[in-house]
Amino acid sequence: MQILQILATASTLALMPAFAAAPGHITVASTTSTEQSGLFDYVLPIFEAESGIEVRVVAQGTGQALETGRRGDADVVFVHARALEEDFVAEGYGVERLDVMYNDFVLVGPGDDPADLAGADFAADAMAAIAQAQLAFTSRGDDSGTHVKERTLWEAAGLIPEGAWYRETGSGMGPTLNTASQMNAHTLTDRSTWLSFENRGDLEIVFEGDPELFNPYGVILVSPDRHAHVEAEGGQAFIDWLISQEGQAAIADYEIDGEQLFFPNADDGS
Amino acid sequence: MSLIATALDLILSGDAILLDIIALSLRVTLSAVAIGCMIGLPIGAGLAMARFAGRGVVIVLVNALMGLPPVVAGLLIYLLLSRSGPLGPLDLLFSPTAMILAQTVLILPIVIALTRSVVEDLWGEYEEQLRSLNTSKLRAIPTLLWDGRFSLLTGVLAGFGRASAEVGAVLIVGGNIAGHTRTMTTAITLETSRGNLALAVALGMVLMTVTLALNAAAYGAGQWGRRIAG
Repeated sequence: MQILQILATASTLALMPAFAAAPGHITVASTTSTEQSGLFDYVLPIFEAESGIEVRVVAQGTGQALETGRRGDADVVFVHARALEEDFVAEGYGVERLDVMYNDFVLVGPGDDPADLAGADFAADAMAAIAQAQLAFTSRGDDSGTHVKERTLWEAAGLIPEGAWYRETGSGMGPTLNTASQMNAHTLTDRSTWLSFENRGDLEIVFEGDPELFNPYGVILVSPDRHAHVEAEGGQAFIDWLISQEGQAAIADYEIDGEQLFFPNADDGS
Repeated sequence: MSLIATALDLILSGDAILLDIIALSLRVTLSAVAIGCMIGLPIGAGLAMARFAGRGVVIVLVNALMGLPPVVAGLLIYLLLSRSGPLGPLDLLFSPTAMILAQTVLILPIVIALTRSVVEDLWGEYEEQLRSLNTSKLRAIPTLLWDGRFSLLTGVLAGFGRASAEVGAVLIVGGNIAGHTRTMTTAITLETSRGNLALAVALGMVLMTVTLALNAAAYGAGQWGRRIAG
């Protein structure tokens, strides 16, 4: 009997604080790249200290993050796949898409660069060279923003990647980079994940700089008309701060090893 | 060597964030074990003693559910708790409560199946004796559970092991939110994907140390209890 009592008390204690979850927090569905880059660890404390609003970030692939917003399980989505974001707003799930910042994608691969990708003019040419030489390539294969960009590049190169050299990992950017570094393979990654990634092995950036590789991030308030429980006030306060001068400066200030990861562009208009 | 050093550093530094993560992991898993036992022990014992049509099917089903993939359990709880799901208004998704629920689903089949097996054996042994005392089956359950407590402890520890080791369910329903729903296993997943393998292994060693301490305590308590009980 005593055991049962202890068990009952323990479980009540465990459940209580969770049920009494205080308001004053918002849930943001964002991408693994922003989380893994450490950006949130840097900027969120600044916003939280100022506003008193706790920001809870759930990091998912862009596709999953938008689905989380669609289901009403987040107040704000903060992702990087512009076409999908515009659909999200057009379908009435989001209020408005706003530019926040951008970085770019880079092609990483073995440092000795056997196919001379560094000499390519465009990203699509580099991709074609990889396929031509059948050099190992790991793909996210998960409908993430990065995977969408990769498929666009293959299409631009006019080919369908298949064969033993092309491996779909079906996982996030980090796990895919881990796989690539073990196989000494090429892969497409956003620059922020790459800069914060520590298990590089022999991999280096082998191609970068094509405007095609531009990677813009947008922020959207989930529509309170669609989901009445959305913390619209807190969510809007967070968005307003992100695109304010102060928020933009905080984003620009975030660096790893002296290198800036994200470039604010809220004022560019869209 | 550097891995071990990192792990030791991590444990000895008493880092506040790490302590919070350990505390949350234990709170979630121990709560799930407690709830799993409160529900699973009586059901398992009942299943051991009741005779009804389809009993075999139920037993096979429960045994099979011991192999339920955590990610599937997580997905089911996610769909249930999502704002667009039937329990959406409770606003429980991405909370420790949701994680407790998901882990309870994982633990329950183990507790039921092992309780059934332990109590069935004991019932075979004591049936005549209890019947001669005119004890009803229902009233015999607490006696049998108490009698089998040391064997049942193994089942409870197996449930604890399954819950504390899983990452698939808590990641989906908890969201791995820093300072709110980040546990040992989701933190290990995050550090692995960051390519921060040393920290990931160090966290894994911390988790194993905690698990080891808990199992040692349970074993010690069991031995002590046995001696007292003679």
